[in-house]
Amino acid sequence: MNQLDTKFGDYGGMYVPELLIPALDQLEQAFLEAKDDPEFNAEFMSLLKDYAGRPTAMTLTRNLVSNPKVKLYLKREDLLHGGAHKTNQVLGQALLTKRMGKTEVIAETGAGQHGVATALACALLGLKARIYMGAKDVERQAPNVFRMRLMGAEVIPVDSGSGTLKDAVNEALRDWSANYDKAHYLLGTAAGPHPFPTIVREYHRMIGEETRAQIMEKEGRLPDAVVACVGGGSNAIGMFADFIDEPSVRLVGVEPAGKGVHTKDHGAAIGKGTKGILHGAYTYIMQDPDGQIEESYSVSAGLDYPAVGPQHAYLSDIGRAEYVSVTDDEALNAFQLLARKEGIIPALESSHALAYALNMADEAEEETIIVVNLSGRGDKDLGHVINILGDQVNG
Amino acid sequence: MDRYAEMFARLDEQNAGAFVPFVMIGDPDIETSEKIITQLIESGADALELGIPFSDPVADGPTIQKASIRALGSGVTPTACFELLSRIRAKYPEIPVGLLLYSNLVLAKGMDTFYAQAEDAGVDSILIADVPIREAKRFIDTANSHGIKQILIAPPNATDATFKAIGELSSGYTYLLGRAGVTGAETAATMPAASLIERLTSVNAAPPLLGFGISNPAQVKHAIESGAAGAISGSATVNIIASHLDDVPAMLNALGTFVSEMKAATGK
Repeated sequence: MNQLDTKFGDYGGMYVPELLIPALDQLEQAFLEAKDDPEFNAEFMSLLKDYAGRPTAMTLTRNLVSNPKVKLYLKREDLLHGGAHKTNQVLGQALLTKRMGKTEVIAETGAGQHGVATALACALLGLKARIYMGAKDVERQAPNVFRMRLMGAEVIPVDSGSGTLKDAVNEALRDWSANYDKAHYLLGTAAGPHPFPTIVREYHRMIGEETRAQIMEKEGRLPDAVVACVGGGSNAIGMFADFIDEPSVRLVGVEPAGKGVHTKDHGAAIGKGTKGILHGAYTYIMQDPDGQIEESYSVSAGLDYPAVGPQHAYLSDIGRAEYVSVTDDEALNAFQLLARKEGIIPALESSHALAYALNMADEAEEETIIVVNLSGRGDKDLGHVINILGDQVNG
Repeated sequence: MDRYAEMFARLDEQNAGAFVPFVMIGDPDIETSEKIITQLIESGADALELGIPFSDPVADGPTIQKASIRALGSGVTPTACFELLSRIRAKYPEIPVGLLLYSNLVLAKGMDTFYAQAEDAGVDSILIADVPIREAKRFIDTANSHGIKQILIAPPNATDATFKAIGELSSGYTYLLGRAGVTGAETAATMPAASLIERLTSVNAAPPLLGFGISNPAQVKHAIESGAAGAISGSATVNIIASHLDDVPAMLNALGTFVSEMKAATGK
């Protein structure tokens, strides 16, 4: 039986083959023991501070917002080692892997950010990493594939299905089913079966905790809204977790509208999806009327996922968080604006959150403080953006 | 009518175990699939385990994944699968027919609607690959209300608590996993399963059929010698389909030979 709640309302659960239940129970047990172990916590904190570079900065934008009533802050996860928030929870789970006496790590990756974070943590901690990546993504994200291999990880292209993130998750789960004795599945987002959504949230919650402390220091009050992009939802849940019990703080999750939510080419699982089970959790998913999973789409590979973490589904249903969406074009516009106005190149994922925050800023009629979780930096996206924008960015 | 109980009683009289082939319904298309399923029955299969194709089959290895892709590629829907099952049932009123599928297909239609469709199509049992015992209660309750047996999986790594739950909740048969991992003939079942079978017997579980990695008559013989009530062979059966896609008569012929040879190994 489980020691923690496995569900968020009706969402979440453990919809996996019976074979994987012992491994998930072992993980829950290790997580709970580690939580109360000062030695584990000291090592995790030390890695976050001295290796990854926490706390990350909080930057007040200077030129981006024209509405004088609005202060727009950026939580700078882009400055974290690895280039995105992903490193936080990967370090935590890598330490859990060692604690469980396992020597190998299985991971999936879409854009390659979680793969890179996994590769660096495994290099540091002496774990053997194998990372499943859709064959199409391997082609599209060649620099990240090279980064992973450079740090000693084995990258395994997945040909089955659509050759993207969802298929990489399938393959990672299959590998885990055969190798759970010696391998930990280091899931990369706040989705999947229990206890992953809880562990990933807890190992990212310092994003919101630091935000609270930093904004109290700078402004002497809580923000009016925190805004984060949502694919699986790990950076968003990390930002939201510490504010869920603060009703004055709006929690805004931004899903990828791709070419528009009225088309088939989007990844807005909460906005346009229906309830169902994918990758171990009951949540909002993109599916056809028979229950076959549909392929998602976004300009941002990190948001290109046809499901969402179960806690987001719950926060949406109870009305505690609001979930909106932003198109490729709006995100690309925000991407360029932040570069030009503030000298920061954001990840395309984070550009979605920024784009929506800019709309909020334009419309604000009262004094408003908004914090955007700038979850990653955009270096990884340059090749893709050059292909899309060409020389339009000149001048 | 409890077709599994009748089958096991008949096999007991014959002093034999069950041979249960698995194929994906609609692989490679509905019309051929109907011929395939008919051939399996005519060649001596004691029961059938049939898949409904799903886009994301995480418990399946490459062979059965490809079968799903072929079936989905030819436009097969759950509704078409049920129509085919109804035709099979009309022709063969006695053979136990089990479905093996994934939870999202069940939920998409509404759980009750799905089980009602299965009942109407003459399905005897449903095994949902991604519903472990911990999540199974509402599925079992719905199955019971439609006279369908919810099949539970006994994996080699299960705890005593899991075995106890299987004892309390299983009906029809128990799907005993021959090894860890996903479906596939590439990795053989790990024998003997005898100790697992003893544990199942001690908790009064429904009769165990051994599956995962069963691809030849020697393994069927060994499974039954170890105390299993029979053996399920999926990927090996599907491999025969996959390697004869351009010659259906040869495919049916090869399937017939395979099933007869596997069945011939079930004598005790």
